[in-house]
Amino acid sequence: MKIVVTLRKIAERIARTSSFRLTLLAVLSAMVVGAFIIIFSDINKLQNGDILGAIKTVGSAYWALVVGSFGSLRAISATINSATPLILCGVSVAVAFKAGLFNIGATGQMLAGGMAALWVGFAMDGPGFVQVPLAVLAGALGGAAYGAIPGILKARTGAHEVITTIMLNNMAGFLVLWLLKTNLYQREDRTDPISKLVTAPGHLPRLFGFMNDRPDLVAHAGFVVALLAVIVYSWFLNRSTTGFEFRAFGMNADAAQYAGMHTKRLTVMAMMFAGAFAGLAGSAEVLGTYGYASQNFAGNIGYDAIAIALLGRSTPLGTLFAALLFGALQAGGRQMQANTDVPIDLIVMLRALIVMFIAAPLLIKAIWRIKVEPTSLGQAFRGQGS
Amino acid sequence: MSTVDAVVAPLISAEQRKQARSVGFTLVVLGIVAAFVLGNRPGDAGFKLVDSYIFVIPAQPFARILALVLIALGAAQLLKGFGKWTNVVLSIAAATFVISFLAWAASGGSFSFTGMLQDTVTRSVPIILGAIAGILCERSGIINIAIEGQLLGSAFAGAVVGSLFGPWAGILGAIAMGVGLSAILAVFSIRYRVDQVIVGFAINFFALGLTSFLAARVLTEHPDYNILSPLRPIALPLLSDIPVIGVVLFTQTLFAYFAYLAVAIATWSLYHTKWGLRTRAIGEYPKAAGTLGVDVIKLRYRNVLIAGAVAGVGGAWWPIGMVGRFDQNITNGRGFIALAAVIFGRWHPVGALSAALVFGLAEAIQLKMSNLDTGIPSEFLLMAPYLVTLVVVAGFVGRSRGPKAAGQPYDAQ
Repeated sequence: MKIVVTLRKIAERIARTSSFRLTLLAVLSAMVVGAFIIIFSDINKLQNGDILGAIKTVGSAYWALVVGSFGSLRAISATINSATPLILCGVSVAVAFKAGLFNIGATGQMLAGGMAALWVGFAMDGPGFVQVPLAVLAGALGGAAYGAIPGILKARTGAHEVITTIMLNNMAGFLVLWLLKTNLYQREDRTDPISKLVTAPGHLPRLFGFMNDRPDLVAHAGFVVALLAVIVYSWFLNRSTTGFEFRAFGMNADAAQYAGMHTKRLTVMAMMFAGAFAGLAGSAEVLGTYGYASQNFAGNIGYDAIAIALLGRSTPLGTLFAALLFGALQAGGRQMQANTDVPIDLIVMLRALIVMFIAAPLLIKAIWRIKVEPTSLGQAFRGQGS
Repeated sequence: MSTVDAVVAPLISAEQRKQARSVGFTLVVLGIVAAFVLGNRPGDAGFKLVDSYIFVIPAQPFARILALVLIALGAAQLLKGFGKWTNVVLSIAAATFVISFLAWAASGGSFSFTGMLQDTVTRSVPIILGAIAGILCERSGIINIAIEGQLLGSAFAGAVVGSLFGPWAGILGAIAMGVGLSAILAVFSIRYRVDQVIVGFAINFFALGLTSFLAARVLTEHPDYNILSPLRPIALPLLSDIPVIGVVLFTQTLFAYFAYLAVAIATWSLYHTKWGLRTRAIGEYPKAAGTLGVDVIKLRYRNVLIAGAVAGVGGAWWPIGMVGRFDQNITNGRGFIALAAVIFGRWHPVGALSAALVFGLAEAIQLKMSNLDTGIPSEFLLMAPYLVTLVVVAGFVGRSRGPKAAGQPYDAQ
């Protein structure tokens, strides 16, 4: 009996190391492909026959990527700052995936949450230890309310969440634009759509606030919220009854129904949870990073989050690390664009390649001629038709 | 009487009854909106149909009469139901409502109605082609989330190749890019058995990253790689002489004619040829098809590549059919709208066509609305098409089921 347990532990460790090695090789493969693209797009140098110069650009670009993401305290702070909304939105998409739902709507939920948090942020005036939690809570509630819409529609009418969330994203964009022009939100002295400023005590405190001489360290307490969200998600998924029901529902909806679970309620709850996490991301951006809202403060984060959840296989730790990796690439990419003539768009491509390579262990195995346990990502969700 | 009821009743499922009810409610709500919103602006609205003829609609009376009719129709639907005529009644009601809305928006002035419909068709072209690409893949059991990436990638290829070697070469370049991106989808999902949603999303990001990167690094320094004169609309002989319809449908660029053909061919071949039967079979139950001797893998490869070519033409629409250049993220989510059209149209080419036209109409109205003063914040008007889609999907389309085997890798054993 004991031997079996030991053997299983060893097997698990092998599985884990190979998955680590796999990730490393996937990142390496993506960087190699990226290097070729950098070289071949350097038309001016190539036309002059300066191949060595083109290759040197790759070196300095990748070096800037590393330095810009981990090379200094400032770089680490930038990485943390970029990763914060990615972690929260990643968890949002992941929790929906676990319940078999495809949440493309993190963008809209983030906008809804951000606007709710923003209102508390500028309408109240301290004290901070009351206002900040209230604003963050408002963000979660706003996101949850907006996320509940596709959930309710799916549960009641069967409307597909892929359609409804895309439509709600577009609608949220216009709603925010309209809100930013109302007296309630618009900054008094402005005519363009830009919101009032969050009051000073309403800001999420800066993580490195104790270092008074370093105002460039922008990371804020939203990161702590994000880490807490990962812990909550982990606990919820693995320890709570509802979390178990989510997973059962996600793996086999029919079986869950036969087992007596309230699948409609689960659908609504899953989308609400997803919306709440995305709403937290919105409040972190508004209360921490910007201190106000402009039209497009959600950016592409909601879509990046889908790649993150897929990369992290929707597990809590996986999603966290995937988001940190994406955040590091984001921060490093800015440095790279500043230092070299390589545009930051490279990192969008690198992210895509990493996801692709990690998803295809058989391909990595073929390229690097190594033995990798077939730890495939598995199916992300039940599929579109269900 | 009661025995007939007892026999008939079970044939109508609870879901159908719920849908019938929501149709009734929608009609009533539309009627109320027509009465209180569309009926509040006096003045005549001119719908210019042809150069010499303007059709004048008095906005207020039109809206009020429409309101009464809609509420009556809604009540009739709730009380009795139109049965198999429900969809016809609803379509006519919706079309009339849109006209009343336009009359309300344009009251006191006039606008080119025909031009707007022409815009509708023009702007739905890439959505139609993207949706056909999606249908071809999903019918053969491969989920295609990568439509957006295929459109974007081929728009870029079309712009660059078209600028260097002319528009026809540009279209070929776009097709090559579409097929190339499709090949990635095919190899990863069929050979390496990767989750199709993951590859699809990765392709979207890859295309976005690659095209933005190259646009920023190469095209800004070499603007001559990114300028071409787009194809002009061709008026089809005879057909284009039909009043209104001739302008709307038959004075379009080649891309629109290709889209009509693509819908017709896809519909006919999916339902009336051996290829179509096999394609639908490998999308629903590949094991059975495989047992009967269909080469599932080969057919899947072929269909995904054809889909890439169709999406390639759709992507070429931006540089070669419309604006004459490539801009970063020029497709701006149209591929996702196409994906919605696939589901909205229930994986049927004609269904997807109608959905795409609805989105095209929405875009065309947005273009018109930007220079009409309606007193309602423009954001709400811009939001309307998405809201309509939401209501339609929730109320009438309901639970749509895709091909059963979509998303599952095929194992020959």
